[in-house]
Formats: sequence, structure tokens, C-alpha cells
Amino acid sequence: MHPIRKKRLTIVLFLLVGVSVAVALTTYALRQNINLFYDPSQIAAGEAPVDVRIRAGGMVEEGSVQRDPESLKVEFKVTDFTSSVLVEYTGILPDLFAEGQGVVAMGRMDGNGRFVADQVLAKHDENYMPPEVNEALEKAAGKRAAMPGATGESSAGY
Amino acid sequence: MWQIFHKLGSPKWFFGIASTLMPWLLVAGAALLMTGIVWGLVFAPQDYLQGNSYRIIFIHVPSAFLAQSVYIMMAVAALVTLVWRMKLADVFVTAVAPVGAVLTFLALFTGAVWGKPTWGTWWIWDARLTSMLILLFLYFGVMALGAAISDEKSSARAVAVLVLVGVVNIPIIKYSVEWWNTLHQPATFKLTEKPSMPAEMWVPLLLSVLGLYLIFGWLACLRMQTHILAREGRTRWVKELVQARGN
Amino acid sequence: MAFDSFSAFLAMGGHGPYVWACYAMFFLLMGVVIWWSLRQRRVVIAQQQRRAAPMPSADERPTASFTRIESSQD
Repeated sequence: MHPIRKKRLTIVLFLLVGVSVAVALTTYALRQNINLFYDPSQIAAGEAPVDVRIRAGGMVEEGSVQRDPESLKVEFKVTDFTSSVLVEYTGILPDLFAEGQGVVAMGRMDGNGRFVADQVLAKHDENYMPPEVNEALEKAAGKRAAMPGATGESSAGY
Repeated sequence: MWQIFHKLGSPKWFFGIASTLMPWLLVAGAALLMTGIVWGLVFAPQDYLQGNSYRIIFIHVPSAFLAQSVYIMMAVAALVTLVWRMKLADVFVTAVAPVGAVLTFLALFTGAVWGKPTWGTWWIWDARLTSMLILLFLYFGVMALGAAISDEKSSARAVAVLVLVGVVNIPIIKYSVEWWNTLHQPATFKLTEKPSMPAEMWVPLLLSVLGLYLIFGWLACLRMQTHILAREGRTRWVKELVQARGN
Repeated sequence: MAFDSFSAFLAMGGHGPYVWACYAMFFLLMGVVIWWSLRQRRVVIAQQQRRAAPMPSADERPTASFTRIESSQD
């Protein structure tokens, strides 16, 4: 390669490496701000601030949803399969809200380890399948809801 | 090898190649895209969780995929501009940036409309959505910078530096869903694993991605030809070509 | 076929407005980009033809003209 081109290439590569390092350090320093939500383990470990508006996210624990018969108040546990947090919410839940599905709730921790939410969003995973396949999977799993672990079985059929 | 490389840099040579390729790109691209979309809309089964709203995926994923690929291609062209000073590379960057901006906007728009019924919100400032918005602004920046500097050579260099600096955003978009907690789900397609969806869903999706890729190829050729005609107006071959078309 | 009837297809199980808004925006914007690119090309070709053609009579001549100074690498 022509020496002048080699020189230009080196300059450009240095520029790229420099920018990448700067961006990597910035995003690393800001990682807690870039994270959209705290997971239940972080909350249990006391990493989440109390009485500040934060988001909490995880799976809705099976059998934990309790609806108040008189109002729109709902209580459920959000889990990441190591710890769980009790969430309290009053309002209309998104269509995709269900036990065993992911959620992200916005609200604040009260002093008693309870998360009072004012907004609940549904978070779905990257798996798509026809309803029949899902039913067959659930039947096979003995009515245990389709967890991400079930992916291997479902894709094996295709 | 270097000979082909230098030949590629000749606008006249490119113009001829593009003219022969374009009809094929357009026909094949439109056919693939329409097959993918009709298959996805009408014949693919619905999703067990999202029902029919997931059918937005058949345009959301192609737009988002292209939006990022176009930027990567622009970054390669920018490198060529800076190191080899090849005119054609800059023609590519300027010709293609508006298309990339439209594709990014489409990815954001379809994502927002899809997010409302599934997540419960149009927009959230999570890492994936925010980095995609930054990509849109990068495209705008490239277009604006290119238009702001009238001298062709300084404009090409300034734009190339901006494009190259912005390329660090691409891995951030790609891995945002793994590095941070986001509302957006991780990728359904992975290079090393089987897609997390059955064949009757991923085949039409793949077809529409390929189709949009080819349509983009056609658009890129068309727009690059326009830019070449505008820039090379003083050369003999352009004068001859233009007159042959006119009379 | 995933739908029983055409109206079921349009309704998309209640998600019709969302799905169709996305497809409409996609085809609209792609159409606009293609139309605009084709138009730009016609404009540029017409411009170059005018430049290449011998100047018409004096009264049709534009009052000002721009000449690009650029060298070709061709």
C-alpha cells in the first residue's frame, strides 16, 4: 500500500479506537442510568433507592396475582427466580399482562419493601409461535407455563 | 485485485454496471418483498401471545435491519473516502443517507405502533429505542453536513469523519438488549442459533428482509447514477449519454 | 390461510388499526423516496441536456449562469 494511504488508514483507525473507548467508558459509567429497570435481586440487595421514582422489572410470579374485587387494584409478585418483589398497582393492565409473563412497572418503593406502581408495561420475549404449538408445549410441560427454557423443545420440531 | 478496486472507482464504469443490474434488482426485490409481506400478513399463523399485532414484524424487522446495514455500508465507504480518496465512495454516502434516514424512521414508527398494543406504551427511553433514535439523528447529521459544505472534497471528508465516528452506535444498537435491561426483547434471529420462531414465520420474514435489501440496492444505484450525472456533467461520456437520451 | 374471512383479515383480531397504519406508512414513505429519486434523476438529466445543448437565441438565455469548476478523475 502507498505509504500515504497507510498513514491515513492508521489515523482513521486511531480515531475509531479513540471514539470507541470514550463511548465504552461513558456507557459503562452510566450503566445504571441506561438500565431501564431494577430487577428484584437488585431491589432485595438494597441497590434501588427508596421513595424515588424507579422502574422494576421481571416475571410475574405464577399464582401471585390478586385482584381486589371492588376496584382496579391488583397485587402481584415480580420475580427473577432468585428474589421477588411485591407490586401494588391500581389501573388497567396491558393485554399481554399474565402470570409467567414479563413486566416493567414504574413507581416507587415504600419503606416496607413494597413497590407501589403507577404504570405497568408488558415485556414479551423473543419467542414467537402459533397458539397450537404453545398449547401442546404447555400440555407437555404439565401445565407449567411456557418459560424461556421451553424454546429448545419448540424449535426442535421445525 | 487492486485493478478491480480502481476500476470500481471509475464513475463511468459504475454507471454501466448499475444500468445492467438495476432492472434485476427491482424485479427480484419487489417480488421477494411482496411475497414475504403477503405470506406474513395472510398465511403465517398468529402468535400465541400477541395475536395478529405481531404481523408488524414483517416490515419492522426489515426496516430496522436495513437501517443498520446501510449505516455499516456507509461507514465502509467513508473509510474508502478517507484513505483512498475514491470519489465513488462519497457518491454512495451522499446518495444513500436519505434512504437510511427513511428506513430508520420506519423502524421507529412501526416499533412505536407495535409497542402500544403489546407493551402498553408508544415510546420508552430504553437503550434500544434511544440508540435507534440516535441513528436517525446521525443520518440527519450526515445529510445536513453534506449539504452545508459546498466544496466537494472538503464536504466528502467531513461527512466521512462523521459517518465513521457514528459507527460506534451500531454495536450499541445491536447489543443494547443484552448489555442493559430494556423493554425491547432480545433478537429473535441469532447467527449461531435457530431462530426463536417456527419456519412458517421466519421464512416470510427472511424473504421480506432480502426483498427490501434488493430494493435498497436498486434505489442506491438509481440515486448514485443521479449524483454521478450531476457531478460529472463536464465529462465527455456524460455529455454524450445525456444527449443520446434526449434527442 | 390464517383468517376465516376478509373482514377478519381487515380486523386483525382487533389490532387492525395498528397493523394497517404500519403498512400504510411503510408503503407511503418507500413510495415517496422512490418517486423523489426518479424525479431528481429526470431533473438532473434535463439540466445536463440544457447545458450540453448549444445556447438558444439571446432572449431565451438565462440572465445568470453557474459554471461548476471541478476536475474529473475519470
